[in-house]
Amino acid sequence: MTGLRRTPLYETHRRLDARMVEFAGFEMPVQYTSILEEHRAVREAAGLFDVSHMGQIGLTGPGAVAAADRLLTRAVHPMRPGRVRYALLCNEDGGVVDDVTVYRLAEDALFLCVNASNVEKDYRWIVRHAGAAAIVRNTSEETGLLALQGPASAEILRRACEAPLPDLRRYAFDRVAIAGSTALASRTGYTGSDGFEIYVGVGDLVRVFETILEAGKPSGLVPAGLGARDTLRLEAALPLYGHELDDSTSPLEAGLDRFVELERGGFLGAEALRRQRASGLTRRLVGFVLEDRGVARAGYPVSHAGRVVGAVTSGAPSPTLGASIGLAYVPMALTGPGTILEVGIRGRAARARVVETPFVGAPPGRTRRS
Amino acid sequence: MAEYDIPDDLSYSKDDEWARPAGGRVVVGVTDYAQKQLGDIVYVELPSVGTMLHQGDVFGVVESVKAVSDLYAPVSGEVVEINTDLASRPETVNEDCYGDGWMIALAVDDPAEVDDLLDAAAYARQIDERGE
Repeated sequence: MTGLRRTPLYETHRRLDARMVEFAGFEMPVQYTSILEEHRAVREAAGLFDVSHMGQIGLTGPGAVAAADRLLTRAVHPMRPGRVRYALLCNEDGGVVDDVTVYRLAEDALFLCVNASNVEKDYRWIVRHAGAAAIVRNTSEETGLLALQGPASAEILRRACEAPLPDLRRYAFDRVAIAGSTALASRTGYTGSDGFEIYVGVGDLVRVFETILEAGKPSGLVPAGLGARDTLRLEAALPLYGHELDDSTSPLEAGLDRFVELERGGFLGAEALRRQRASGLTRRLVGFVLEDRGVARAGYPVSHAGRVVGAVTSGAPSPTLGASIGLAYVPMALTGPGTILEVGIRGRAARARVVETPFVGAPPGRTRRS
Repeated sequence: MAEYDIPDDLSYSKDDEWARPAGGRVVVGVTDYAQKQLGDIVYVELPSVGTMLHQGDVFGVVESVKAVSDLYAPVSGEVVEINTDLASRPETVNEDCYGDGWMIALAVDDPAEVDDLLDAAAYARQIDERGE
């Protein structure tokens, strides 16, 4: 694989016998042993993911928070330092430029964690709309990111840290001392299980990864790849940019209403989204479980009563449910749980039932992203 | 580079199936390379007994968590038996692709077609040329 970027953990992944694939211009581990094993480890114990391909864009200066308020579908000004929020960057038409997490570092400092495939686009978008009183910096290349996910994550991180671990609630973050360096750990993730995302300088990444992996061994921690990350996030019905979201998809259609503060307004895309809300949606994202054999994959057509009504945006066998699950955009009349759809699997019509999401229950005290 | 198991006593197609003549029939499955490329196999679709296949015909589908792949007949013949255990235990293909993970048995039209397949050394070279 030539011309692809690598994270500092590339050699570590090879040594762990990972199968590497291209993702968003990076050569990344898709699996180490088995997607199913890594998936189950995250649901039952813990998994450690290298997600350093993801981007970070900082906003600082007296206008940083106002700029973020204008750019994001959720307000940043009420956030206390040490808090994280999931939000969207929308364009004027209400389409999704990216879905991000925003970290409030201080009164006049914050950063966004953005999708790897969108770093350059987001950076240009943010610079264009941030205004003169905010300094925008793309810190992606100097920042490594690990995701420690699963019910054993807290005990593992506690063991790996040199100082007592601050008590982090969901969507809180703090500095932690680990492997001789200072990292930023947030109680967030993209799996539907409890866990942490840990930001470290690229120079410290290998040491921190190995320290956590070693500390987690007694708890059943395994390295986990992008394959398991995808099946985990799909069970949690968390959208993946480029699949459920893109520049022409509305977050309301994607069912992300509670991350869009229409009443507040004043952000890019607010007017278009208000109009859309007022005139009513024509389609919405639904989850479905396949009742026939097979696997529904992204791009497969979705029909109702013999007529094509949409397409699968993501689909996979759910290791937790033992059934094939998927997400698709369908007309509003077909979004009710129990509705029967057909997925065209290589020329064969497979029966699919619309279900409530997430497919797999969220951990106590938490409903998806907050 | 990952190591692949390529038994010397089998014949191989360019599409990563193996063929083993046994008792007047030819048993067919997918190679270790194929099962490793696919990863966790969750579903195998096989033809009905009695199906007539020409060399190169699609005879089934294998689905893993990550990917879907067609299965190609390495030789022509009639399907005389299928591995029904794979319906409930598709992961057998990952665990034992040359043994319990076999897929179909064919009554072949022309035994010479087996001789035209790749031997283990030629198949190993083909994998090397793909660069893993």
